[in-house]
Amino acid sequence: MTLALVASSSSSLVHLHPVDMVIIVFYFALVLAIGFYLKGKANTGEDFFMAGREMTAWVAGLSFLSANLGALELMGWAGSAYQYGILATHWYWIGAIPAMLFLALVMMPFYYISKTHSVPGYLKLRFGEPCRIVSAVSFAFMTVLMSGVNMFAMAKVMQIVLGWDLNFSIWVSSLTVAIYVTLGGLRSAIFNEVLQFFLIWAGALLIPILGLYEAGGWGNLKILIAQRASEQYVHMWAGLGSFSTNPMGIHWTGIVFGLGAVISMGYWTTDFLVVQRILAAKDMRSAEMAPIIGAGFKMLVPIIVILPGLLGLGLLPMKLLPESQAVATHGYSYNDVLPLMLARYCGPGLLGLGITALIAGFMSGMAGNVSAFTTVWTYDIYRPLINSKGSDHHYVNMGRWTTVIGVLISVGTAYLVMRSASIMDYVQALFSFFIAPLFGTVVLGMLWKRATGPGGFWGLLCGTVSSISMWAWVKVDPTALRYVALSPDAKALAQDMYQALWSFLVCVTVTVVVSLATKPIPESALKGLVYGETDIPPIENVPMYQKPLFWAVIVAAIFVILNIIFW
Amino acid sequence: MTQGRLISIWFFIGMSLLVNGLIILAAGLYEYSHPPALDAQVVLFQLHAGVWWGGLLALVGGLYCWKYAPSRG
Repeated sequence: MTLALVASSSSSLVHLHPVDMVIIVFYFALVLAIGFYLKGKANTGEDFFMAGREMTAWVAGLSFLSANLGALELMGWAGSAYQYGILATHWYWIGAIPAMLFLALVMMPFYYISKTHSVPGYLKLRFGEPCRIVSAVSFAFMTVLMSGVNMFAMAKVMQIVLGWDLNFSIWVSSLTVAIYVTLGGLRSAIFNEVLQFFLIWAGALLIPILGLYEAGGWGNLKILIAQRASEQYVHMWAGLGSFSTNPMGIHWTGIVFGLGAVISMGYWTTDFLVVQRILAAKDMRSAEMAPIIGAGFKMLVPIIVILPGLLGLGLLPMKLLPESQAVATHGYSYNDVLPLMLARYCGPGLLGLGITALIAGFMSGMAGNVSAFTTVWTYDIYRPLINSKGSDHHYVNMGRWTTVIGVLISVGTAYLVMRSASIMDYVQALFSFFIAPLFGTVVLGMLWKRATGPGGFWGLLCGTVSSISMWAWVKVDPTALRYVALSPDAKALAQDMYQALWSFLVCVTVTVVVSLATKPIPESALKGLVYGETDIPPIENVPMYQKPLFWAVIVAAIFVILNIIFW
Repeated sequence: MTQGRLISIWFFIGMSLLVNGLIILAAGLYEYSHPPALDAQVVLFQLHAGVWWGGLLALVGGLYCWKYAPSRG
């Protein structure tokens, strides 16, 4: 999707006024001020890498959500909503809510009680060093590359939307991120992510409000969309009984089992980029409440992402095109829908706030990648493999230097992608290879006592290799799609769903088989790590309405009702 | 929420909303009194979104700044 977002265009989509520039400059000044203010509060390893483990549920929850709410996400999914209709909402609801609740109620106690600094750190405790190293090296490598890819994508989008120079965007954004993360560590990244969350809503919420006013309400918008596209564009489940009766070419099994049960579980429960925010919570109840708060707000995000795409489909006078056609005809692409809607309704000042929201999204995503990379490098690669006897102060200094080096590698990656855009496609594909199998390894480790070190290691390795193999098979022979995604009509997103599902099943199968064939881990070594061997302290002395389970049930009920309403 | 002796994150958010809201409100009021040419107006210009949206942001930001001001401890 990112690749499509950055395909070249000849002229800028919007033109900023001086007042818009004032708003953008104020944002940069504020994030730097926060970094300098927090400089003196990040002196120990716990402070720098874990934000002192003192975040409230609200701060951790909003940061957890914000780390995923980058501008590419906003623009890409708004474009997907224009292209596929309301089906794109699945990535926000079934593709997130069950996984967030599962993380809160089932997995978080093990992460939190084990006091691990990272997801690879948990794998070390549960499966041993080899498993940790495979996970840490792949995560660190891919995270810093992803950061570079996003940096280039941001610069390209700024060039397309505003006409800004690529080098200017890359260096200004990366230096700003490097300064505030180096100074304040994870706490600085979290503060800026929460700030970004509010800026995104402040900058983007006007579009659906004014759009629905112009359309004459949701009922009229559905009629407009049915006239200009098809009635299937406003149904989430009604067209999923067959691959050919919906705009995405996907079957409900792909959405439920591929997206809901594997991909989203893998991303929201094992991607350290998001999990790190929850590990910074001040206590167990906050750690459980944070993903639930995140889930509550995640259900609302389609208002500022999917709805603008649908409004564009119903209201924009021009027809948006696939990226390749847009480039060839000098027209507008699907991914231009959000900036186009922004320019449609927002005058001076409001436009600056909308653009600031996009920039904030980019920078906060980059900061999330860099802070996660720094922690995994320092605690899961440098300390066990290179220098295990350093002082706390030494590791903090290593973290600060790693932040700078991580940003520089990201800048290098951005320039590499500038030379060959196809690299971006490969990096994004590579990242997805690790997510689904990692979830299989972690969840078996937490819920099945019999899983052994060799089982976890070989399961993770085989699951990852199977994912890469399926991707390469379809790349070499596109007709293989009928086997991997169960249909020749499947689009790229549908392929991802099934690829994840099969690699997860391979991981689980290999883990189970190898574990049963190897010597069990003594139960005494599993305390605090596995269900049945861990005393999870009950949350007492708080009224019912403050208990995580209470709010999880409410969020789950709203999730079901929303799916029925938009069936 | 205050992180120990740190200035609360909500104060920074309040400041951001307040300053942005005031800038947008001022720009909206200027456009209200000096409307641009018809072909330069945004869709639904007559609703003057900058005025009420900027005012709302400034109000929310002001409340946050007041409630979480460092001086209130």
